[in-house]
Amino acid sequence: MRTFVIRRLLALIPLLLVVTFLTQALLVASPGNYVDRMREGRQFSEEFIQQLTRQYHLETENVFVRYWYWLGQTLQGNFGYSFAYKISVWSLLWQRTLNTLLLAIASLLISWGLAIPLGMLAAVKRDTWVDKLAGIFSFAGLSIPSVFFSLLMLLFASKTGLFPIGDIHDQVYWGNFSPLQKLGDVLWHLVLPSMVLGLIGTAQFMRQMRSQTIEVLSQDYIRTAKAKGLSPSRILFRHAFSNAVNPIVTLFGFSLAFLLAGAVLTETVFSWPGMGRLTVDALINKDEPLIMASVVLLTVMLAFGSLASDILLAVIDPRIRLDGN
Amino acid sequence: MSARQSEVETTSRKLSTRGIAWTKLRRKKTAMLSLYVLVVLYAGALFAGFVSPYSYAHRNDAAQFHPPMLTSVHIFNSDGGLTRPFVYGGSTSGSGYSDDKSRVFPIRFFVRGDPYAILWVIRSDIHLFGVDEPGAIYLFGSDLFGRDIFSRIMFGSQISLSVGIVGIIISTTIGVLVGGLAGYLGGAFDFVSMRLVEVLLAIPGLYFILILRQTFGNDLDSSQVYFLIVIILSFIGWASEARVVRGMVLALKEREFVLAAQALGLGKFRILIRHILPNTMSFVIVTATLTVPFYILSEVALSFLGVGIHEPEASWGNMLSAAQNVRFLTDFTWILTPGVFILIAVMAWNILGDGLRDAADPRTLG
Repeated sequence: MRTFVIRRLLALIPLLLVVTFLTQALLVASPGNYVDRMREGRQFSEEFIQQLTRQYHLETENVFVRYWYWLGQTLQGNFGYSFAYKISVWSLLWQRTLNTLLLAIASLLISWGLAIPLGMLAAVKRDTWVDKLAGIFSFAGLSIPSVFFSLLMLLFASKTGLFPIGDIHDQVYWGNFSPLQKLGDVLWHLVLPSMVLGLIGTAQFMRQMRSQTIEVLSQDYIRTAKAKGLSPSRILFRHAFSNAVNPIVTLFGFSLAFLLAGAVLTETVFSWPGMGRLTVDALINKDEPLIMASVVLLTVMLAFGSLASDILLAVIDPRIRLDGN
Repeated sequence: MSARQSEVETTSRKLSTRGIAWTKLRRKKTAMLSLYVLVVLYAGALFAGFVSPYSYAHRNDAAQFHPPMLTSVHIFNSDGGLTRPFVYGGSTSGSGYSDDKSRVFPIRFFVRGDPYAILWVIRSDIHLFGVDEPGAIYLFGSDLFGRDIFSRIMFGSQISLSVGIVGIIISTTIGVLVGGLAGYLGGAFDFVSMRLVEVLLAIPGLYFILILRQTFGNDLDSSQVYFLIVIILSFIGWASEARVVRGMVLALKEREFVLAAQALGLGKFRILIRHILPNTMSFVIVTATLTVPFYILSEVALSFLGVGIHEPEASWGNMLSAAQNVRFLTDFTWILTPGVFILIAVMAWNILGDGLRDAADPRTLG
């Protein structure tokens, strides 16, 4: 297990180098940069702009010079300062990443919590109205664009007033809240965006869970278990469940990727201060230090997601040996 | 003997692989329904200018956020008698619009209106339906600038729906060729292309699309943006296809029929193109169908985020971005209509792809 983890982490290094170099190259190739826009805005002194240009080597069109400078600084733990927000990239990203992870974890809990029992139910009640209803639900969930679903939820919130129409917490009274109230307030704001992402995820997992359960239930050892006289619930939950759930676990890495990328639109609609929206804005503004740091963070998170699902799978399925020997 | 032989012949003729798949698909009602829905949607996109009463940029400052008139098309006149369909003229009174019963505008068919072109070639100004000025017909309501949402959905579908088709053709071609060559040739080409595939799959999709999009700056016109989006999406989309096709080719190239072809002295590329790749076709068609939604949704996402098709051109994504304003969304709910169309199109492609997967020969699907 340990060699496997170390090997995977080492493989992350070239990947990060390629991805960041590619990003840097694309940024250099794109016309204009943030400094040009500052100059147009006329709010900043020429001196300051010159200093910024020198500091980040923005005057050169040579990708290698720019990348070398960035790499050197980054290896020293300095991700630089965001052009647009004027604060250190790290402190900005830290908070936003936590917000996005909060949203991602809440959505994963919803989607796994719903998909696993519903998928198994649909498999057990195969070809009944329960199964058909579940099928329609999962098709709708697979097909509904997250933007549209988010907008519908926002409409629901604003028409009924039951839920806040955006942001992560109350802006007015936040300062006066007790810690418990703060927690409640954040959870209340979390409900709709996590429902959107969670229900879309449910649709995907449920199909998988249903087909896996159907396949497992037709195996010989299930017949043996029935012949032994085990109760149907014990067969389902002890014997079928633990085998059917494995492929779902492998989807963990994928679903993290989906949540990180797919969350951008939901974050935008609900003005959720997550890293998705931050990164998109940084890209549109050409906020270079922020873009580079976000790309690093996203790639690392994705790699860790797939690593985590591999480890999780090895833990729950004793047949899988990660070291491959 | 002869009767039996002919019977065998007819059944075997009936049971060509494609024939079986088609018969199986025909039996699936939902898949066929999806096929018809898609035909209607794409025909609507093709004849957008004709079907829609206005052009996508036709503004009417006196009719901002006019509510949908689909339910206020009347066929009974004030005396209760049946007449040709008509709508009332609108009057702005107080907070909203109300019907001005004194002004009746019958719906006319094949009327002259804004000029348009079908496939850049057939130019005309005849529209399927419309009402005389100063009356107006907004089946799905109008937007902030008083433009007809129905017309904009029709024109928008030209972009949003064709992105999927064009993108899938490009990416499938690249994916099958690269995957096929990588699997069949092996060696350096295999190594390099598969590492490229891994990098493409490791980068979070939407962000990569956005970075690539930003590389080309913002001062592009809509047709340039359109081609840019299609090219970027295909550039990312071929990767997963190539990986699976490579795997299938690796397995196929050990089969006897390939050995036979080699023994006959056929060239490498001829074997690959004529003998190996056709065996991956049912997989390729099914994946292509199931991947079209990715292209449609990506265009929607980019336009929604403001880096895709921009005003005044219409696309389903940029029409939805008007709904980001919570006040507009709450008071003028009909601006969400393009979302319904996206849902229908994506769902139809998904159901059709699912039906095709069931109908295709399971052995070749792997």
